[in-house]
Amino acid sequence: MLLLALIPALKLARGVAIGYLGIDPVETLAITTGTAAITLLLCSLAVTPLRRLTGWNELIRFRRLLGLMAFFYAVLHVSTYVVFDQEGSLSLIAADVYEHPWVLFGMMAFLMLIPLALTSTKGWIRRLGGKRWNRLHRLVYPAAIFAVLHFLLAVKLDVRKPVLYIVVLAVLLGTRVVWARRRAATQAPAARQRPAPLTAAEPGN
Amino acid sequence: MLIRRPPDIPTREITEESAYFGRREFLRAMGYGAGVVAASAAVPGALMACAPGQADPDDKLTPWEAVTGYNNYYEFGTAKDDPAKNAHTLKPRPWKVKVEGEVARAADYDLDDLLKPFTMQERVYRHRCVEAWSMVVPWFGFPLKDLIARLEPTSKTKFVEFTTLADTGQMPLIRRPILDWPYVEALRMDEAMHPLTLMVTGVYGKTLPNQNGAPLRLIIPWKYGFKGGKSIVRIRFLERQPRNTWNIAAPNEYGFYANVNPAVDHPRWSQKRERRIGELFRRETLPFNGYADQVASLYSGMDLRANF
Ligand code: HEM
Repeated sequence: MLLLALIPALKLARGVAIGYLGIDPVETLAITTGTAAITLLLCSLAVTPLRRLTGWNELIRFRRLLGLMAFFYAVLHVSTYVVFDQEGSLSLIAADVYEHPWVLFGMMAFLMLIPLALTSTKGWIRRLGGKRWNRLHRLVYPAAIFAVLHFLLAVKLDVRKPVLYIVVLAVLLGTRVVWARRRAATQAPAARQRPAPLTAAEPGN
Repeated sequence: MLIRRPPDIPTREITEESAYFGRREFLRAMGYGAGVVAASAAVPGALMACAPGQADPDDKLTPWEAVTGYNNYYEFGTAKDDPAKNAHTLKPRPWKVKVEGEVARAADYDLDDLLKPFTMQERVYRHRCVEAWSMVVPWFGFPLKDLIARLEPTSKTKFVEFTTLADTGQMPLIRRPILDWPYVEALRMDEAMHPLTLMVTGVYGKTLPNQNGAPLRLIIPWKYGFKGGKSIVRIRFLERQPRNTWNIAAPNEYGFYANVNPAVDHPRWSQKRERRIGELFRRETLPFNGYADQVASLYSGMDLRANF
């Protein structure tokens, strides 16, 4: 899994090593890292529904890795933008974010991913407690929504890819809504006796 | 064949033939004959403020691989490397160009007949895409105004419109309606008659590759690249301003004029700077892509913010 997630990075590293990253290397970097980040983010969001559908609980072990790899690519992606597009100028970046909603959406997604990556360790789960940790990590939903909107607005006319990502995200979030409703409906009478059995070792979202 | 250099072409826009090699061979192969070689050899290779024969250090030619491998030609796909992969299905000969509208010599022309009277010349132009990247390209062609003069538009003509081929046989991808095919672009008559406006049939001393708009395309160096229609099959002379394809697709993002203008941003990105393909960092974008001294007067009194 780690190897799969590393393929885009290895491709880029190879490109850097041979000194050829396509005709516009900056575009190659931005598109490769952005696509990898959003793909892995959606994969991490697919873990819980897949686990419920298949009953294959081992899947949960991949979730943190997928999320962290998504963040890793997001860092590369944003670094590409900061270094090559804006030459590290905070005022240029501020103006760009202010003037262009799609850049703002990307920024929102990125800012939300930061605390999630920072608190992804066992230590932080313990420190926050499963419940608070879970609540914090629900940030991944708006982060993913901002990211797909950023993707949608980044492309010109040919929106098939971002629309595909939006549909996948809608399905992933939709299943959660449906499940939550169902649980609420079936568990409502028993709810008082049985608080949600979420453990710190296996937080679910 | 007439060998002459229009007096109003600024030498800045013309490189010396020795800027790259292989052109003589090409010209001979193309059957343009020695006349063209002599003509271009007679053209001073000086770029403004440079020693004769030296390229402007700020404007190094963009390599052939990039010019022919990084293209926007949506009929052949929307990724930059799609056209180079897919455009082999285009058949640039035999080629017909329909001339119609407010023009005396309206007819269906065979391309080779249409091109016969013209002396091909080399022009090195900066090419600025609306997506904020740019190149420096040694085009090969002739001024559009010479063609227009031969076609004899009537006094009613105010605009010229250029239509790109839209043939599902040669362009299977146009079955997807990403744009409203066929691709249509147009110029105001004074823009079309400007000596910088070029009908292009070649690049880097070679016949125009399909992905660059073979066999005939337009280049207007002070406008965003999308104004230059590719693989032209129809030239129409009109009284009224027609709508251009990108303007139909997104009227708030792409206007009719599309002059390169760092002061007017695209709604989704800044136009102040551009990435010259081959460079990692951006450079400042120049008003009218650096051709302001020659073309700004066409727009005097116009609100370029409203007419973007
Ligand atoms: C500060 C935050 C961000 C900035 C400034 C930013 C900037 C950009 C830029 C400039 C592009 C255009 C690349 C090009 O077409 O040349 C882009 C595209 C993209 N970005 Fe971001 N981005 C940010 C955050 C994110 C995040 C967090 C994700 C995903 C989790 C993401 C995913 C994408 C994707 C998928 C694309 C489209 C790639 C394509 O055109 O196919 N971005 N971004």
